[in-house]
Amino acid sequence: MATLELKGITKRFPGVLANDQVDLKVSSGEILGLLGENGAGKTTLMNILYGLYNADEGEIIIDGEVKTFNGPGDAIAAGIGMVHQHFMLVPVFSVTENVVLGVEPTKGAGGFLDIAKAKQDVRQISKEYGLEVDPDAIIEDIPVGIQQRVEIIKVLFRHAEFLIFDEPTAVLTPQEVEEFFGILNGLKDSGKAIIFITHKLKEVLEVCDRIAVLRRGAMVGEATPEATNEEGLAEMMVGRPVELVVDKAKSTPGDPVLEVTDLIVLDDRDHPAVEGISFTVHAGEIVGVAGVQGNGQTELVESLTGLRSVASGSVMIRGTDVTHATPRQIHEHSVAHVPEDRQRSGLVMPFTITENIVLDGYYDEPYSAGIKMDWKAARKKAEELVEQYDVRTPGTEIPASSLSGGNQQKVIVAREFGRDVKLVIASQPTRGIDVGSIEYIHERIVEERDEGSALLIVSTELDEVMALSDRILVMFDGRIVAEYEGGTVTAAEIGLSMAGAS
Amino acid sequence: MSGRPPETEDKEQSGFGAFLDDLTGVNVDWRAAVLVPALAVLAALVVSVIIIIVSDIDLWREFSLSALGDSLAQARSAMWALLVGSFGSLTATSETLVFSAPLILAGLSVAIGFKAGLFNIGAEGQMLIGGMAAVLVGIKFSLPIVFHLPLVVIGAIVGGGIWGGIAGLLRARTGAHEVITTIMLNSIAGLAVIWMLNTTFFQAPGRNDPVSRDVLGSARLPRLLGFLDRTDLRLHLGIVLALVVAYIVYWILFKSTLGFEFRAVGFNPDAASYAGMRVTWLYTSVMALSGALAGLAGMSQINGVLYRATPGFAAGIGFDAISLALLGRSHPAGVVAAGFLFGALRAGGLEMQVATDIPIDLISVIQALVVVFIAAPALIRAIFRVKTGEEIGQLTKGWGT
Amino acid sequence: MTAATAAPGTPEVLIRTPAEIRRSRYLGFTYLFLAALVLLLFYRWSVDLGNFTFKLARPTDPSAPDLTLSAGRTTLIVGAVLAVLGGIQLSRGFGKATNIVLGVGLTLFIFAFLAWATAQSSLGQFSFVGMMNQTIVRSAPITLGALAGVMSERVAVINIAIEGQLLAGAFVAVVVASPLTQTDQALILGAPLGNWIGVGAAILTGMLLAWVLAVLAIRYVVDQIIVGVVITIFVGGMTAFLALRWLADNPQLNQAPIFKAIEIPLLTKIPFFGPVLFKHNIFVLGSFVFVALLTILLFRTRWGLRARAVGEHPAAADTLGVNVYRTRYLNVILGGAIAGFGGAFFTLGSVGRFDENMTNGRGFIGLAAMIFGRWHPIGAMAAGLVFGFADAMAQTLGILQTGVPSEFLGMAPFIATILVVAGLVGKARPPAADGQPYIKQ
Repeated sequence: MATLELKGITKRFPGVLANDQVDLKVSSGEILGLLGENGAGKTTLMNILYGLYNADEGEIIIDGEVKTFNGPGDAIAAGIGMVHQHFMLVPVFSVTENVVLGVEPTKGAGGFLDIAKAKQDVRQISKEYGLEVDPDAIIEDIPVGIQQRVEIIKVLFRHAEFLIFDEPTAVLTPQEVEEFFGILNGLKDSGKAIIFITHKLKEVLEVCDRIAVLRRGAMVGEATPEATNEEGLAEMMVGRPVELVVDKAKSTPGDPVLEVTDLIVLDDRDHPAVEGISFTVHAGEIVGVAGVQGNGQTELVESLTGLRSVASGSVMIRGTDVTHATPRQIHEHSVAHVPEDRQRSGLVMPFTITENIVLDGYYDEPYSAGIKMDWKAARKKAEELVEQYDVRTPGTEIPASSLSGGNQQKVIVAREFGRDVKLVIASQPTRGIDVGSIEYIHERIVEERDEGSALLIVSTELDEVMALSDRILVMFDGRIVAEYEGGTVTAAEIGLSMAGAS
Repeated sequence: MSGRPPETEDKEQSGFGAFLDDLTGVNVDWRAAVLVPALAVLAALVVSVIIIIVSDIDLWREFSLSALGDSLAQARSAMWALLVGSFGSLTATSETLVFSAPLILAGLSVAIGFKAGLFNIGAEGQMLIGGMAAVLVGIKFSLPIVFHLPLVVIGAIVGGGIWGGIAGLLRARTGAHEVITTIMLNSIAGLAVIWMLNTTFFQAPGRNDPVSRDVLGSARLPRLLGFLDRTDLRLHLGIVLALVVAYIVYWILFKSTLGFEFRAVGFNPDAASYAGMRVTWLYTSVMALSGALAGLAGMSQINGVLYRATPGFAAGIGFDAISLALLGRSHPAGVVAAGFLFGALRAGGLEMQVATDIPIDLISVIQALVVVFIAAPALIRAIFRVKTGEEIGQLTKGWGT
Repeated sequence: MTAATAAPGTPEVLIRTPAEIRRSRYLGFTYLFLAALVLLLFYRWSVDLGNFTFKLARPTDPSAPDLTLSAGRTTLIVGAVLAVLGGIQLSRGFGKATNIVLGVGLTLFIFAFLAWATAQSSLGQFSFVGMMNQTIVRSAPITLGALAGVMSERVAVINIAIEGQLLAGAFVAVVVASPLTQTDQALILGAPLGNWIGVGAAILTGMLLAWVLAVLAIRYVVDQIIVGVVITIFVGGMTAFLALRWLADNPQLNQAPIFKAIEIPLLTKIPFFGPVLFKHNIFVLGSFVFVALLTILLFRTRWGLRARAVGEHPAAADTLGVNVYRTRYLNVILGGAIAGFGGAFFTLGSVGRFDENMTNGRGFIGLAAMIFGRWHPIGAMAAGLVFGFADAMAQTLGILQTGVPSEFLGMAPFIATILVVAGLVGKARPPAADGQPYIKQ
């Protein structure tokens, strides 16, 4: 019987303790659920196990023997197989080619591929484990659920004894999830050891033998499905006391500002990411959208801000239909948008602070007249905002790239809040920034509310949503699955909804 | 995110840098903008000396110290001839500026593309089409010079602009990569010019080879030193045009909303569309503008120097422009400086060829070496042990489909 | 109208996407336009001209009968066929055969054009076998350049330096071969040993330049297109510089015997096809061999599978233990070897001497052929043949004096390439990671 054990694994990234003395053990014929919120350190831990990172401390023990992995090759040789969250499949290759890549059967001396044998092997594994695939199908032509089977076959083809699944159900439909659980149980029965990484409570309860919970890089406890329930797990996963406190008075909602009706939005692959959402945000209130990353929040925000087209439904801002408006038209409806990823779309990194301050308002007074930019006016505004929003910088004429993350975010917030706005749409407004900046931005958000703006805050940080929101919407799988009054709900309750529990 | 302190110390401007900032009104990393190019040129010149010596066939036939001495002497006189031929006399300086004018204009064409994240390899073809448009206007209309010359300029802008705009439109609408389309458009333009030069409209009377009629006197860029009454002073209005256009490009890039959009798209198309800019429209307009600038370069050659078109009138200037834009860090001021340098190299190269028998093609080698050193600052770092600032990094991405 | 005429049993018609329908319509009108051209121009012009003759053998070739047809009747038939093709394309389409039919249609159109051109000429005939032979000869360096591109871009390194590699190969081959062949020496396959050494040196030169490209692109992560352009500029300057510095005063250094066409027993004796396909020098035959070899290597071997994986999804290849960097270096350098070999064609396979910039953009056409050929060796050769044909036909039209400017024919390959990259003639898809440096986490 094969056993895999992690002992005292610690991994530090600059400023972050990603894994803190983590112990873990899994043996043949069992499924271990590894549960934790985003950023709890699950993926780091598995990358260490797969040889992609080196641990700062601790050891990996397989069948009593301490191993060092200098790359995925070593991990594969030691019998570890990983199914990545983002599949590592070559889209234009056939199933067979993907499976055998790196360990191809050959015939003759010239290194000729023995595709017939490879196909035979694929069929063999396919049959043995009930993983039905067409060995000749091209990856990009087959559904995601089948692609996942190919990943599993790939791992089995390399004789893995320990199978790691990183968020395997994130990309699957509910039916595919059911099938996947069948496959997992089949693998377990044939003696494989499985680590199932997820943040979905229901799933670990359904399929795992043991459940380990990771929080803030440390192992906080273990449970069995028999001895616990969703509430208990949610408590362990997110049920710490809320650490963020935002001083705010009770809201006094006014007229509706943003009205969304039956909104359907497609993702990049033309699958519905937002599936018929309706909600309203009123002046003077903060509506928080909670949810695990990838449940349609990104597409929702993009469609509201004109960056993604709406498939059906309607969006009204202060009584005007803006369903098919461009980003600039939305901007001109006095909407502030703090984008999800400040480096990708919020800032032009090599631009100066001044240039970034006028990034979306440059085309109009007072920053330009005709096509002539008025840099003096822009600089004056930038200096004001830098002062007002406490951006720590030696000046306004240095590139945004030389600022810290928190100060970069303050530049965006300054730009977006620094004019007369009626609606704020903010995605991940405090992701990856220091505590001081978080507090500061939260204060600003509340201030904006008290001045009568409507605010929609989308965040995967549950603490943030709870601390800020007057109302909380929970998104799961493209839908709003729950709505709570702010301050009347516990993290565990929201955590349950976020995980799709009904 | 790491809680690293802002790296402001590194970016602290020296007194000279601050002075330059005040002068130009732009904030630049002067180490990257001046030191690296200067060292790159120096390194390229050193390598060229080595090439001269190593390529001395006499040394290969029979090696001796005196032969090596001869070689060194030849290299020294070559370098000296470069200097004399470019700035050693009024004529030399005039020639330098004559060569600089189209180089600067074509360099601006490539530079404005780079600023907006597009790689225009098509300056050569855009020069051809723009130049032919200038020839057309120059032989078709008979007007007073004050009307004719502006019309010629407009013709060149339209011709080059359309040729560049095609590539931009294809990129914006279909995603066809501008590198491929502009290379193809270069070849098409080259053939189109040969065809045009064989038509009765363009072809010089009595000629069977592809040579155009001369453009009318009123369509020629006036010589600036004409009052000295010396035929060897070919300096013409083109250099003034180039400098004015450089300023206009500078103004567009850094003082106008359009330039702000160009640069935003160039650095980060995602952020640009987030900010409400129309990325597809920008790609088309950038390429059209880029083509128009190259068209002016073609016009400057035709109406300032040659007065007529032959199939090879672009003379590789459109390709030199790529090196030039990279050397000038795609900044108009840098392009002007690099344009003067390349013009000097061309003018000096002629003198070098005459005086020392070293072929002028060495200049292309020097230019290529300059770009290698510019594009891989790591090499400069390794050779000179200096800080070099940021890498240029990836300007292009695949064949983008 | 499409749905109404789509009978059951032709399922490919039923599942056409809007883009395919649009393309189908666009092709249909193209056929009708070509038919109109043929009927309204070529037929009208040809109807009174009598016969034309395509010579299928030159005096030295194995004998073959001439092809003599009535110009009027030929153009009429071709026009009618094109009109029918257009009708079918518009009504029900050709499904999977669309591209083949397109090829046939274009070939017919060119045939009708040549029929008229020959009939109207005072010669009344031309050497078809000569034109086809030239097509193959002229395609060889383009195909070899394209193969160099395929090798490199299949592992996601853009090689825009093909032009430079060809030119350097041309120069080095002749400069090495010339002094070595001053004295009589044993012939190997009809060429002196010195020539073979020249070819070897050209190959090494191509590899050296490819290595420079690889180091700058992979190790120093310099923009690959810039590196390629710069290498091409460098080689252009360097070869011109050395040609003047060395060769101008030493003509004996720029004078080598050329590789002559090889007589392959049996094959070269086949009427028409022998002289067209097989009676060629080592470069042309080499291009055939390389196409076959690379097709097998890339698509039938372990090495090829890994190389393609590196070009499509380097991270996936890396997690499976494939060394991404080594694969890229190796392929780029092998590609350089092919380009160097192709470069030697210009001197040792053609005129025996080097002239400044003698490749004249063939490397860029090779790049286009690679794209046109969809990054596949056989496609690259097919595209190379199309470009070679355009070249050979332009030459033929010059002899026939049609009054049609040969420049327009010369533009065809470039316009075709633009249409391909713009996705107007089907979609060409490069390797997914093409041009992107791979940086290990």
